[in-house]
Amino acid sequence: MTADLVVDATGQRCPLPIIELARRIGEVPVGGVVLLLADDPAAGPDVAAWCRMRGHQLLGAEGAGYLVRRSA
Amino acid sequence: MGDTPPPGYLDAASTEALHPAARDALEAAYRAGWADPARLYGAGRRARLLLDTARESVAAQLGCRPDEVAFPASGTQAAHLAVAGLAEGRRRTGRHAVTSAVEHSAVLQALRRRPGDDATTTEVGVDGHGRVDPEAFAAALRPETALACLQGANHEVGTVQPVTEVAERCAGAGVPLLVDAAQTVGRGPVPPGWAALVASAHKWGGPPGVGVLAVRGGVRWRNPGPDDERGYGRVPGFENVPGVVAAAAALEAVVAAAADEEARLAGLADRLRAGVATVPDVVLLGHPEHRLGHLVAFSCLYVDGEALLLELDRAGFAVSSGSSCTASALEPSHILVAMGALTQGNVRVSLPRGVDAADVDRFLVVLPEAVRRVREQLGASGL
Repeated sequence: MTADLVVDATGQRCPLPIIELARRIGEVPVGGVVLLLADDPAAGPDVAAWCRMRGHQLLGAEGAGYLVRRSA
Repeated sequence: MGDTPPPGYLDAASTEALHPAARDALEAAYRAGWADPARLYGAGRRARLLLDTARESVAAQLGCRPDEVAFPASGTQAAHLAVAGLAEGRRRTGRHAVTSAVEHSAVLQALRRRPGDDATTTEVGVDGHGRVDPEAFAAALRPETALACLQGANHEVGTVQPVTEVAERCAGAGVPLLVDAAQTVGRGPVPPGWAALVASAHKWGGPPGVGVLAVRGGVRWRNPGPDDERGYGRVPGFENVPGVVAAAAALEAVVAAAADEEARLAGLADRLRAGVATVPDVVLLGHPEHRLGHLVAFSCLYVDGEALLLELDRAGFAVSSGSSCTASALEPSHILVAMGALTQGNVRVSLPRGVDAADVDRFLVVLPEAVRRVREQLGASGL
């Protein structure tokens, strides 16, 4: 799966990676995919929770990368 | 209740201020019970009598025999001794342990530090509310399981665990169950079925420096440290007689008031939950039904937990947080992670006994503005 947009939040502490993701997801169309790069230990649970709260789809996570499909 | 707690203090799950009954008992016991309770002269016998009476009182509240109760220096030390002693006592059975993924770090760390490379632990996962499934817990028990550990209620999100159901399954499998009752003793009946139980007096208004380690007769527990004739062979060192006497007095006082006071606190907590739920992008945590009546936990999206604690502190409120964005930790709380919950902007409000209802109302006025300000500082308004 290739991403339409890469959001690099490497080195940022919680909650900044999620804020950055929320700011930028509108740059892809609905159905588009964003790759968030975040190495903060809280990013895993918080990306998943944010996707639930905003109705987006967490496609997968690998290492410090999180693939999110914009669903709304 | 005697004194009311300090205004704005909403962190009972960390500790409560000394109960007036404990203060009186402490003073009296320092005068009458200062001597060595192991000595046979008059002053020693007086100290022994005070200690034994307090021990009987605590045992009665726990539903066990006095000779099953000992008093380590803290709840944490009690947990360490309970885990190490059960593991040691049952090492011929095996080196496997079962616990939940949301236990207090005192229990998890003690499990990790058991001697031997072959010591393994199964951490049973929880649902989104932080509750273990008794069947899943039972399925993790093996013939070589030496011990199992489960909290009475979770200290971060307040979820009450199915202790009775798990205890039945452990008994069926012949595995001793250690119950970490630090958050529940003094708030309601202690569920039976535990083989060992640990608690902490300062959480019920007793003094710091007094933990509880109870081990049922017939349970194989072996002292993991050097032999010592003190502390009923379970806890080394000179007994803290005044502390134990004060702890017992506080426990009697809070239990006597518990029926009314816990219902009042639960009503206030319901009010808190309803109010918190109206703040935008805030998630309430913990089980909607099986939960401690005095504790409300929630996480706020786009909020830095430490910044929020400071805002609330400035407004006069003492609460705690399991977010990684607080000064004390880089990792988010293992409990929130195990639940799959939002970890940022996490707040735990736990109402001390005797709390002024006006504090709860004022908190609900202050919180939305504090959350709004933190989001604004982070440039996250309107996201």
